[in-house]
Amino acid sequence: MVDFTLWDIFRNLLLAARWTVLLSLIAFIGGGLVGLALLIARIAKLRFADRLVAGYVQLFQGTPLLMQLFLAYFGLALLGWDVSAWLAAGLALTLYTSAFLAEIWRGCVAAIPRGQWEASQSLALSFGEQLRYVILPQAVRIAIPPTVGFLVQVIKGTALASVIGFMELTKVGKTIANATLNPFLVFTCVALMYFLLCYPVSRYAKSLERKLHVAH
Amino acid sequence: MSPTDSPVVEITALRKSYGANEVLKGIDLRVRSGEVIAIIGKSGSGKSTLLRCINGLEVFQSGSLTVDGKPLLHGNPAAMRELRQHVGMIFQSFNLFPHLTAGQNIMLAPTLVKKKVGAAAEVQARKLLERVGLAEKFCAFADQLSGGQQQRVAIARALAMEPAVLLCDEITSALDPELVGEVLRVVESLAEEGMTLLMVTHEMSFARKVSDRVIFMHQGRVHEIGTPAELFGNPQTAELKQFLSSLHD
Repeated sequence: MVDFTLWDIFRNLLLAARWTVLLSLIAFIGGGLVGLALLIARIAKLRFADRLVAGYVQLFQGTPLLMQLFLAYFGLALLGWDVSAWLAAGLALTLYTSAFLAEIWRGCVAAIPRGQWEASQSLALSFGEQLRYVILPQAVRIAIPPTVGFLVQVIKGTALASVIGFMELTKVGKTIANATLNPFLVFTCVALMYFLLCYPVSRYAKSLERKLHVAH
Repeated sequence: MSPTDSPVVEITALRKSYGANEVLKGIDLRVRSGEVIAIIGKSGSGKSTLLRCINGLEVFQSGSLTVDGKPLLHGNPAAMRELRQHVGMIFQSFNLFPHLTAGQNIMLAPTLVKKKVGAAAEVQARKLLERVGLAEKFCAFADQLSGGQQQRVAIARALAMEPAVLLCDEITSALDPELVGEVLRVVESLAEEGMTLLMVTHEMSFARKVSDRVIFMHQGRVHEIGTPAELFGNPQTAELKQFLSSLHD
């Protein structure tokens, strides 16, 4: 049996952490774009959009992320598509993130007083101009802290992608634990990695919150 | 200043309801250019709703409304955008955009809607701020201004679109008493310069002083209409008499 030094464990976990970071970024950027589209469809009062988006949000908020990953991985395979763990994990996490962000952001837009809509409407601004120049700049201020806070949930959520064989931090940790027969040490290191990823993000969210509070 | 005969706002048989509750029960009104009209009445009489119908913030169910000859067409964004360029509105709660400076608040719509270039828009904004007595506040944000100053910036913002008619919806009701005067003075100067004004107000002495006609609204109808001298000096209906006497209590 191979002897693992603590450095070996750390080195391998660090390499695996890259995929955790990458998967988080995909989820966040993809989810952010889809979430923004859902948000705009909803506030533009497009036909049926309100109900459809509300249903979509309920669906992803009301089922475990683990099931969403399984369904993306095995469900798409059933339909005859050859899905890699990458694609399935990226897709499931993107949809999951988009649902939560659409809901978080909807609350932020709803927090902008109706008078802002009415004043900009009275000035003959189009719907797009109202959003772009009046509503979203104010909503973004409110949205940044909860959005960054949610990023932490997404980073931790990527751990679940290990169950469909995605080689990220948790999956690699499991593999090393099996090889070293020292799961306590290895998973302590894994937990530490997650903490090192998440803690700065939480701190950043807190400092943003303070800064935006002071600004206006 | 003599009002000419071409109507700036023409309202015919306008009816508006919220569900089963009819709040405007057939309004007919012609506002001539340069005319100053005060709308008075109890809360719930429909006066604010009427004002908000004129720039399409409220949708009405029947009747017609034109501004500068252009009909108000709900559900036609291009027509609404065109109409709103002729109608300015000032709100009770100021509604300045808090993330923009006073100057940017004023320049936003002219640059976006009228495609005015930056320099011309800035010259205009500075001129308007000077007109409302806030020349030095170009770079101030709303939360750095008093309520009266915010409302005066809001007036300048509405004027920047060069509207044919200005709607004032209880614009001094949210102000501390000592700030009311500075806003009313600006409105009065607009009236003197010949701006067409439609204002919902609780400031009776102001309405009496500046308006050409006063409208008393009651239960969704124009109950009485006439010159300030007629309405305040010789009210014809029991409702108006009661309303006026309630103000003195």
